[in-house]
Amino acid sequence: MNETKSLPVLVIGAGIAGVSVAVESAEAGREVVLVESEPVIGGRVIRSYHYFPKMCPPTCGMELNTRRLERNPRVQLLTGTTVTAATKANGSWKVTLRREPAYVNDRCTACAKCSEVCPAEVSDSMNLGMQEVPAIRLPYPNAWPHRFVLDRMACPDGCKACVDACEYDAIDLQAQPTEEEHEVSAVVIATGWHPYPLEKLEELGGGRFPDVIANVNMERLASPWGPTGGKILRPSNGEPPQRVAFVQCAGSRDVNHLAYCSDICCLASLKQALYVKEQLPEAEVTIYYIDRRTPGRNEALLTRMTGTEGVRLVKGKVGKVEQGTGGDLMLKLEDVERGTLEEAHADLVVLATGMVPNVGEDLPFSVKVDQDGFALDDLPGGLTVAGVARRPQDVVSSVRDATGAAARAWMAGEGVR
Amino acid sequence: MERVGLMLCTGCEIGKNLDLKALGDLADEAGAVTTVSHAALCGPEGLAAVRSAMKDENLDGVVIAACSSRAKIEEFRLDGKIAVERVSLREMVAWSHPGNDEDTQMLAEDLVRMGLARAKVVKSADVLDEEIDSSVLVVGGGLAGLSAANTAAGCGREVILVEKETDLGGYLAKVRNIPPQEPPYDAPQVNPVPGLVEQLREHARVQLLTSSKVVSIKGQPGQFDVELETPEGARSLRVGAVIQATGARPYDTDRLEALGGRLDNVISSHELDGMLAAGALERPSDGAAPRRVLFVQCAGSRDPEHLAYCSSDCCLSSLNQVAAIHQLSPDVETTVIYRDMRTPGQTEHFYLAVQDHPTTFLARGEVETVASDGNGALSVRVKNSLLGEDVELAADLVVLAVGMVPESADGEGIRILTDATRKLETGDSDKQREDARKQIEEYARFEGTEILNLDYRQGPDLPVLGSSFPDSHFICFPYETQRTGIYTAGTVRAPMLPARALEDGQGAAFKALQCTAALARGETVHPRSGDTSVPEFSLQRCTQCKRCTEECPFGTLNEDEKGTPQLNALRCRHCGICMGSCPERIVNFAEYSVGGVAAMVKAIEVPEEEDEKPRILALLCENDALPALDAAAERGKKWNPWVRIIPVRCLGACNVIWIADALSGGIDGVIMIGCKSGDDYQCHYIRGSELAAYRLENVQETLDRLVLESERIKVVELAHDEWDRIPAVLDEFAETIEEIGANPYKGF
Repeated sequence: MNETKSLPVLVIGAGIAGVSVAVESAEAGREVVLVESEPVIGGRVIRSYHYFPKMCPPTCGMELNTRRLERNPRVQLLTGTTVTAATKANGSWKVTLRREPAYVNDRCTACAKCSEVCPAEVSDSMNLGMQEVPAIRLPYPNAWPHRFVLDRMACPDGCKACVDACEYDAIDLQAQPTEEEHEVSAVVIATGWHPYPLEKLEELGGGRFPDVIANVNMERLASPWGPTGGKILRPSNGEPPQRVAFVQCAGSRDVNHLAYCSDICCLASLKQALYVKEQLPEAEVTIYYIDRRTPGRNEALLTRMTGTEGVRLVKGKVGKVEQGTGGDLMLKLEDVERGTLEEAHADLVVLATGMVPNVGEDLPFSVKVDQDGFALDDLPGGLTVAGVARRPQDVVSSVRDATGAAARAWMAGEGVR
Repeated sequence: MERVGLMLCTGCEIGKNLDLKALGDLADEAGAVTTVSHAALCGPEGLAAVRSAMKDENLDGVVIAACSSRAKIEEFRLDGKIAVERVSLREMVAWSHPGNDEDTQMLAEDLVRMGLARAKVVKSADVLDEEIDSSVLVVGGGLAGLSAANTAAGCGREVILVEKETDLGGYLAKVRNIPPQEPPYDAPQVNPVPGLVEQLREHARVQLLTSSKVVSIKGQPGQFDVELETPEGARSLRVGAVIQATGARPYDTDRLEALGGRLDNVISSHELDGMLAAGALERPSDGAAPRRVLFVQCAGSRDPEHLAYCSSDCCLSSLNQVAAIHQLSPDVETTVIYRDMRTPGQTEHFYLAVQDHPTTFLARGEVETVASDGNGALSVRVKNSLLGEDVELAADLVVLAVGMVPESADGEGIRILTDATRKLETGDSDKQREDARKQIEEYARFEGTEILNLDYRQGPDLPVLGSSFPDSHFICFPYETQRTGIYTAGTVRAPMLPARALEDGQGAAFKALQCTAALARGETVHPRSGDTSVPEFSLQRCTQCKRCTEECPFGTLNEDEKGTPQLNALRCRHCGICMGSCPERIVNFAEYSVGGVAAMVKAIEVPEEEDEKPRILALLCENDALPALDAAAERGKKWNPWVRIIPVRCLGACNVIWIADALSGGIDGVIMIGCKSGDDYQCHYIRGSELAAYRLENVQETLDRLVLESERIKVVELAHDEWDRIPAVLDEFAETIEEIGANPYKGF
């Protein structure tokens, strides 16, 4: 068999699943075009502080994957790129890619001079809008590709402070979007997920109280490059919380919201409870759950946290979160074990919100989805799905799935040239 | 390299903060043939200047004194043929130290000297060109193995599958349905095994051997020579890669006595599978049809006395059986007592569907005991349930949803037993023989447990981690094992559902074909995938100390009779741990050698004691510590200017001679910063920091002999994201060194 003869595989999305599909495929010998709509790779994992159950930083594995990506001549990484059209004809796919204007080009050395003079501030999407950053900045430490990005829309009229400050001719405010056509043998959808919107959980205080946050926000609070520099603080007053409540299945396993279980939230909350205890040993943490779902070796984290002083796991369904009297929050819940209705107080409430697949309007071609909106394989059609676009799953499962997807894409694209 | 050029970048504060002329002069001192300096070496004009110098001066090596080796990688790869040495004047000097300062300048000059010194020592290496077989051996014919075979064959590989039983399919061979994995996820799904078996029987590239086993696997990936025992007799064949899909066995119900594991009418979930497949639900005691069936979840799982982990498929498997019972005998009452109902993801739909059945009762609780009245009727004591504190439930048949135990063999355990057995015969002293006898006793359970029968010095099977799963990086790189070209799939790798085992086989097959594809290109695989240079052993100086053969994380080296290492280059992942282990310094890579780093250490200028400028050598792991320090620099963090940094492949890939050289050369302290060790280790080479710490213990003796303080050397573990901590680590070490005072060997 001759790998190089088949057309490249197109991988859409450069989060952990997409990056894994790309490097695995390329190391096996297939050409890969990896597109990412954001200016950097890493997707959701890079916005996490640590992975459960090992409590290690996602950037560690991503460092290695980045090295694998950049040194492999068979991968073409296109960030700031979306697929605008894709058609299947005569066995192969013809795809149109739109590349966002390269306001900052490859000449950028990441010297930061532009950032220092930029007068405009924008909401920091890497930090989920939890802080403002200069309109031109490095998205995160060790970001890949390692160059600055500019939110052009935020530039004040006529401002070219960054252009003047740049010693490397790396900024072009007049850059235009470009389009390119590619012919590929197979398509892998690895578009990932977004958190279930907090605002839809109004009854749980979502969007109503600053101290009711989503689990994804907690990751940013704990991260050294987060809005608080890694300090877990109440958004309302910047004080460390004394009592932290985690509300599990916030929007998951609920026919009014997401009917499925989002797979990662139990472990994410246990992990975050550990963040809290490591930083604020005196804090009282309570996790309200329906079932504690910590499959496989993840059980170790449950065991560890159940044995941690100041951490309580309560089988209970939180029905309502209201403003408390002392500036805190009041949770109304059913304690399932005691069969009683209870009230509890907390300074910070973390809603363990679930995962919603980025499938559908995000893609320029129609993809079959299941009743929950997750994308389905169409192997005869040269299409496969990897990661959370396929089903709710954690990082290790996404990587496993991505390796399998590389195999499926290989077979679907074999001989397509 | 013979003809080395120094390429100095003056951009990104380098030119502003440093005396470039003085740096350029170092090239002459070091015998470099040319110096180019440019305000943006990485830009098109800068690169053009580098290329023209390469051509005009016929260079075979360049030292790029600019930014970190992790920045502008593609640009400075140049033509890929020339040796490129990166010196980080930006992150390690200009961004992290005050400009136009004596100490900063000395630091920059040292780093340039070090880069030039290494460039002279670096050699170019030939790429391995070996005959690589691309076929795949699959050991185990359960769902994962069948899926792996199907995938590898689908990707064009020849496949041979070996199954020890007479039938293919493993525990699923006789099962009708599996829990749902396809929309709408609310009803059992047809077991894919029979279809897969049929498909594989027809496949031209697949051979299925049942009632067969592996007698031995010799050689290395791309060139594994396999001996099989089949009903037709012995068979020899060559394969490129191996997939171990040996599955898991059910936890032994006999060990669950309190749960009635030894009672007649208490059966395991697997026994129930057999009944359901046969279409007859019967009580074993009297063959009567049970009216009330009760499932006990987590039987032996999530229990430190038995299996500490969750077996991941028991909840869904029980629901699947409940659904099957409904279909078979709709009137039977089924009760499931669970601690947590674990139906993750979209299998939640199935949970809801089963819950809706009128004769099904699913309740949270903990089963304490299952007892028999002597006539076959059972009573089940449940605590902490919603039914009350303590309740007794009656049942005619109790099903223990037992967990899974991986069918792995502990290669290291077997090896210890084998070594001890040999020691017992050949031991020199009574003490040695007595120790061996004790070890044999302790490791007796490994007797005869071999599965792959690898001809590897470090043992005949894959090393295992906690709970006996033979993987090595189970979050980011789940398929990696510690043996190159051997991958695991299915429940031997991690507890999982049948549908996941099927997907797992696909991934493992892909890793297997990727491995042989990489080897055919002369490249190694994860984590240094793409790298082509292999270690060279100068065996005439080998003292047979066996450190390299024991410490290699990937079992690369075998030994001959005398204990001399035998390199299997295709097993090698190029980490350099053998190089770090060797007291005779006979192991080297062309571009990463003991001599190369030693030359860098020697290139550090050590000021006289009265100058009060201590010098510290910092060996930093390039995977985690170096990126952390780069990020610190980028964020404007500062650290002590006495520190001279050398990035290394792994702390395990550091030869202690560098430390001895540094200290005997008057350097005041050596700090090594690597990845976290322990059960949740973060080292890509498993035990890098541990090995470094262990080797330093031996260096301590040398220190004592030289009457040097032990605080002068230190190993620190640090994670990739601890960039806010690493400058303080360096500063604190510098303070310690200052307190101890100057190295008395300065000037000798």
